[in-house]
Order: sequence, then structure tokens, then C-alpha cells
Amino acid sequence: MSTTSTTQTLSSSATLEKPRTGTWDGGNEPFKASYGKLMMWFFLLSDAFTFAAFLTAYGLIRHRHLAYVGDPKAFEFSTAYWPIPEKVFNAFPGFHGVDLPLAFVALMTMILIFSSVTMVLAVEAGQRMDKADVQKWLLWTILFGATFVSCQALEWSHFIEGTEAGTKMADGSIFHGANLAMNQYGPPLFGDLFFFITGFHGTHVFSGLCLLTWSFIATTNGTFEKRGHYEMVEKIGLYWHFVDLVWVFVFTFFYLV
Amino acid sequence: MAHHAANTPAQVGEIPKPNTGWIWKTFFILVAITALEFLLAFTMPAGTFRNSIFIVMTILKAFFIVAEFMHLKHETKSLIWTILIPMALLVWLLVALVSEGSSIGEAIFNAFK
Repeated sequence: MSTTSTTQTLSSSATLEKPRTGTWDGGNEPFKASYGKLMMWFFLLSDAFTFAAFLTAYGLIRHRHLAYVGDPKAFEFSTAYWPIPEKVFNAFPGFHGVDLPLAFVALMTMILIFSSVTMVLAVEAGQRMDKADVQKWLLWTILFGATFVSCQALEWSHFIEGTEAGTKMADGSIFHGANLAMNQYGPPLFGDLFFFITGFHGTHVFSGLCLLTWSFIATTNGTFEKRGHYEMVEKIGLYWHFVDLVWVFVFTFFYLV
Repeated sequence: MAHHAANTPAQVGEIPKPNTGWIWKTFFILVAITALEFLLAFTMPAGTFRNSIFIVMTILKAFFIVAEFMHLKHETKSLIWTILIPMALLVWLLVALVSEGSSIGEAIFNAFK
């Protein structure tokens, strides 16, 4: 501790024994939140900047391209205009060739909202010091989170593989699926933004899963029980809800609008 | 912390009853809004009006997640504003750059007409 360096004189060292209570002496807690929770809020704010940068870039790039005008039923993939999302994301694993617009992403959204609910239940159980309930709800959250990441892997592999018909590109060749340089659905940047935005979100879900698994192990070992509070579960809960929150925005701006 | 079980440390072997009504209420609101979004996605013609409904519903969902699940509604006012003011500025950035994108597109596609 180097806090005594400038303002404290040697003779006042005895007063250091007492807790600091003065307004300008560290005794004031204006936010009435613990250090850890406050720092989690500020981290999430900075993380929100990153996601907002992604979504802002998406908005700018989408408006810089031409929109498809005409009957949605007659829609065809072309690199000349931005695709209609429900024509791109219309596959469901196990239902090959069936047109099910947005059905799979609806399922993913429900899974993530549900994992958010089990997370609040875990936090609530932690506030009651109910170890068994915390374990139960953390396990459910891990299960739903892992299911979400797996669904995203299926979504990616379908997006990369593409449809059987493919799309005729400008040079006359037929191209299937997508990579970072070109895709069959629309302008190259459409594929890039899909990979970056959903990929960055998926990475966050994966990090959350690692934290949840760790906190499940710590709960089982009785670490929080001995500590006297489950604040770590609350902090991880804040992070997990933030990931759910980001998905709400990704879902609207990438899949619905 | 209005609708939470009292945070008093429990005695050994005594665990208070769960208080989860407010959690399920928030959950059903979120599910209802999402279901309504899907209904609109298939019954309404695409356009600016539908998009604005989607955006309003998204903000509504965000409100319930942040206020209830993340508990921000029950924090101090200064913490609420510390989070909300930067986010409001980001919405400004978003609106500004989306209209900038339209101008760039306009310049690219109509410059030589």
C-alpha cells in the first residue's frame, strides 16, 4: 500500500488503524455497489461500445448498398443489392430443402432468453445462500448456453456451405455458400458482417460458458459458501444478461429489419 | 431491492423460500414481445413502419433485461445515468452514420445520372 506517501505524515501513522470514513477519504460510496459489480458494469459499458461499433458499421454499409425493390416472392440472390434476411436464413437442421424462414433463429432466441431466466434464478438462489439451488440453475444455464453455441455452429456451417442452386456471380461462374471474400447471398460485406457480428457474439457466449463452468465448480467446492456470499455468481450473471441483451439487438438488426 | 427476499444471512440449515414471481413475469413479457415480433415479420409488409415497430420492441426488451434481470432499476440514480448517457450518445452515432451511409450510396449510384 503506497497510500501514505504524500498526504500522511509519519506521526499520523497510528490513525491508519481506523477504517477511513470521511467523505474525501474513501469512506463514501456514492453508487452503493460493491467494487466488483461496479467494475463489471463499466466493463460491460465498454463492451457495449464494441458491439455498437459493429452494429453502426452494419447500418452504414447496408444503407450504402442498394435495397431490393420488388415483390419479396420473386426475390433472387444477387450481389447487386442487399438480401432480405428471411430469404437467407430459412433453413432448419433436419428439414433439408424446406423453406422455414427465421424458424431456427427463433429457436436460438428462445434458448438464450431461457438461459437468462435460469441465470437470474441462480443469482436469486445465491442471495438466499441456497447452494443446491445455485448448482441446479447454473447447470441449466450452462446447458442452454452450450445449446445456443451449438446452434450457432450449425447456422455457420449452413451459411458457409450454401444452397445447392448457388448464385451466378458477375464472372458467370456459380458460387455456393460464403467466405470472407465472396458469398452467394449478396454483396461481399454482407457475409463479412455476418461472420464478424455473430462470431463476436458467439465468442462472448463461449467466454460466459467458461465463467459459468468455473463458478459451478467453485459453488460445488463450497468456495462461495465459505466466503459468506455469492457475489461472484451475480457478477457473472450481469455478464450473461449482457450477452443476451446483445443478441436481442443482433436479432433485430441482422435478422428482422 | 424491493421485490427480493430479505438479504439477512440465513441460519445454518435454514434456507428462505424462493421469491421468483417477478422473474417469471419478466420472462413472459420477453417471450410475448419476441412472439409478436415474429408474427409481424410474417403478416406485415416490409417497410419503414414495420422496422420502427421492431426497433421500439427491441428497446422495450432491452429495458426489461437491463432493469429487471441486471437489476439496474434498483441501483442508485447516479449509476443508472452513468450507464444510460453513454448509450444514448451511441444511439446518436448510429443514427448519424446510417444517414451517412445513405448519402454515400446516393453519391455512388447516382453521381453520373
